[in-house]
Amino acid sequence: MVALTVNGQSHQVDVDPDTPLLYVLRDELKLNAAKYGCGLGQCGACTVMIDGEAVFSCVTPIVVLEGRNITTVEGLGTIEAPGPMQQAFIEEQAAQCGYCIPGMMMRAQVLLQRDPAASDEEIRAHMEPNLCRCGTHMRIVAAIKRAGKLMQTASVDTAKRTG
Amino acid sequence: MERMTIPDLSRRSVLFGTGALVMAFTMRPALAQTTQAPGDETQNFQAVEQPAPDLPGSLKTNPNLESWIRIEASGHATIFTGKAELGQGIKTALLQIAAEELKIPFEGLSLIGPDTVLSPNEGYTAGSHSIQDSGTAIRHAAAQARDILIGEAARRLSLPVEQLRAEKGTVLGPAGQKLGYGELVSDHLIEGRAQPVSKLTPAGDFVEMGTPRHRIDIPGKVTGGAAYIQDMRPDGMLHGRIVRPPSPAARLQSVDLSGVETMPGVVKVVRDGSFLGVLAEKEWQAIKAMRALSAAAQWSEQASLPEINDLPKALMAIPAEDGVVVDKQVPVAVTRTQEATFTRPYQIHGSIGPSCGLAHLVDGLTTVWTHTQGVYPDQKAIAQMLGVPIEQVRCIHVEGSGCYGHNGADDAAADAALLAQAMPGRPVKVQWMREQEHAWEPFSPGMVTKVRAGLDDKGNILDWNYELWSNSHNSRPGTAGALLPAQHMAKAFPPDVPKLQITPEGNGDRNSNPLYAFPSRHVIWHFLTEAPIRVSALRGLGAYMNVFSIENFMDDLAVQAKADPVEYRLRHLQDQRAKDVVSRAAEMFGWKAGQAAPEGHGYGFAFARYKNLAAYCAVALEVKVEPETGRVRLIRASSAVDAGEVVNPNGVANQVQGGIIQAASWTLYEGLTFDRTRITSVDWSTYPIMRFDALPEAIDVDIIPRHGTPFLGAGECSQGPGGAAVANAITHAIGRRVYDLPLTRERVRDAAQKRV
Repeated sequence: MVALTVNGQSHQVDVDPDTPLLYVLRDELKLNAAKYGCGLGQCGACTVMIDGEAVFSCVTPIVVLEGRNITTVEGLGTIEAPGPMQQAFIEEQAAQCGYCIPGMMMRAQVLLQRDPAASDEEIRAHMEPNLCRCGTHMRIVAAIKRAGKLMQTASVDTAKRTG
Repeated sequence: MERMTIPDLSRRSVLFGTGALVMAFTMRPALAQTTQAPGDETQNFQAVEQPAPDLPGSLKTNPNLESWIRIEASGHATIFTGKAELGQGIKTALLQIAAEELKIPFEGLSLIGPDTVLSPNEGYTAGSHSIQDSGTAIRHAAAQARDILIGEAARRLSLPVEQLRAEKGTVLGPAGQKLGYGELVSDHLIEGRAQPVSKLTPAGDFVEMGTPRHRIDIPGKVTGGAAYIQDMRPDGMLHGRIVRPPSPAARLQSVDLSGVETMPGVVKVVRDGSFLGVLAEKEWQAIKAMRALSAAAQWSEQASLPEINDLPKALMAIPAEDGVVVDKQVPVAVTRTQEATFTRPYQIHGSIGPSCGLAHLVDGLTTVWTHTQGVYPDQKAIAQMLGVPIEQVRCIHVEGSGCYGHNGADDAAADAALLAQAMPGRPVKVQWMREQEHAWEPFSPGMVTKVRAGLDDKGNILDWNYELWSNSHNSRPGTAGALLPAQHMAKAFPPDVPKLQITPEGNGDRNSNPLYAFPSRHVIWHFLTEAPIRVSALRGLGAYMNVFSIENFMDDLAVQAKADPVEYRLRHLQDQRAKDVVSRAAEMFGWKAGQAAPEGHGYGFAFARYKNLAAYCAVALEVKVEPETGRVRLIRASSAVDAGEVVNPNGVANQVQGGIIQAASWTLYEGLTFDRTRITSVDWSTYPIMRFDALPEAIDVDIIPRHGTPFLGAGECSQGPGGAAVANAITHAIGRRVYDLPLTRERVRDAAQKRV
């Protein structure tokens, strides 16, 4: 048994300790967002956030993840109440087939949590590891910029409410 | 979102289910005659009979209204399509069309996609035909259904139909009478053969078509919804993995199964000739078992692949049958000639999600969930592979990762179907590994093109002579022999032998006949009759390479004529819509004749009308080239498109933008690698594609409105112009052209430093 914390919830999973996180997320926890793309850490479709860092879940065995905070797209919001990143991708219609998009969103989340005002150049440099085959890149960058703005607005609103 | 549990979608439960007033569904109408209308896409309508060639769009193949529309007592309408969502946004656009003509709010509609039990047979989702074929059929069927409902209301109200109108799912009368569609509909009302002419809504009255609408599938995809076949996990599902041979011609000699069969979670190892697969309870167990099985297998290999170091020569040495694409040669007073040869390597589809299939054998019926582009052709091919009657296989489309043509989808469906036979009662999901997708998908053929132009003394083109060397770009099922596992079974099915066909839409020869008004022309396809590497349809088929060649050469000729490339194109165009997209793209870009680019930068332009039948597209593009390294970065692009009547402008812009980026990737980076025995480009490090760092700052897309004109397929229109514009911009930047794809750093650097 390995104990994992995913999107704030604790789970005990009964799989081989060398199992990559991706298969635990998808098959044991039934979370769809992280995708299998290469199993080699080359494409980023499986990207999740672990303690604020972007991680390829397809090459990360769960044995090293006990006690760490794992976040997937499911942790960013729901279809009824999408979070800023999800809202931005919907508003920009930033998907064609959409298969790479959850990985894009999680890598972008890592950047925007550090700097919601990241520039175009910073976004591109940060997103470098993730591949998209449909050529949706322009809209992905636009969605990330929009998500940053939504996050800034949300934090101002929160500050106003709590201040 | 579609429900992704394994539903008991027998025809009976859906069509005769609770409360819905439904019409009998005619799956396969009696076939009065079979014809192929001009402009049909051969890969779409392969073996799809056309009992009603007089009807518009796919009503030709499925003429009955109930094949397309069902209205329930609640007033809710279900639309049926045989075209698959591939990431192009087709679900949303088709529903927009239905909403417009039925006069039902968009939210009051749902869509059933390709399914060999439920949907019309529209062959393949290919060739940018979905709006033209399915959209046209749905538009007419919806307009006729609305008319029937108005007629029924007129009968009940004893009023002439002229006094009634339809709005928001209701028929309204002059004195405030209101009859909802749900009240009006009854058994057999909206049924039977469609009429050739419909009362279509005039473009000026559109409220839904032509309006950008958010796609219905995106919210689920960005919130972790079950959106793809990969996300299906029915109860009791087993994970399957295939061990593919190490090389295309390899055969399995022996394999020791004992070690693998006892591995944790392994349920079954399946061997049938050279087909080798394993089923396990958990996915990671299946992967580990696959690896162990691979290590335990002994293969015989053969050097069957061509010599990559001189691929053009190897291709041109393959026996060929010549197909004349166009032969309109007239005497012209040529003062000089100019020629060029272009080459392209094999390229891959490279879906980000490797192919996947899910199959379930229950009581003799194998149900296959697949991201294929053609459920009906796959049903036939898989039934043949399994040796069962066609009725014992049902294929249902579920979205996969973007495919861009014939990738591993059909093979993965067949893999799953074959493995499912070994475990009746348990659903079996087969997920291809990355290296399997890279090495085993059917590739896009390598090509060579040769063009010679006869010019007058001003450099104008009088005579155009073009030859291309290519395999067929279509090896879709077809027979079982088109399916990879069927080729590997002990009782192996031989691959189909493609036949040379010269059609209006083209194949390898697609767009080989330029739209320019040259007085004399001769275009020939040297159709390679042997395929040393398995190849099939990639987005645009031959159009990408043919437009690339034509548009590169047009720039060469413009330079020789001391003409501006845009003006030079315009002077050779007569089609006004073509001229309009060229002029508009130039205007958007701020193109000025003779304008010098900043140091290291270059401007490029290209144009094509896809297939000479579908959307018009022109692209102007700026690049920056580092002469020391040959590194190319896109700076900005402007594209003008004429897609006829446009349903969802946001969707068209997304496709055009994506096509430019994808074509830029093909152009700059991509080529299959192999030695004489094995494919060696087996992952993203050995087959690099476009990344964020090479992206332009902006790609502007402008859609020229053409209300009231037919739909023109737009999904592939920017591949040719996008790639050619990149090459022309590089040439403008470095002063020399590279004629061999891809335009790698090394080639661009060598050209920039005048080493070649």
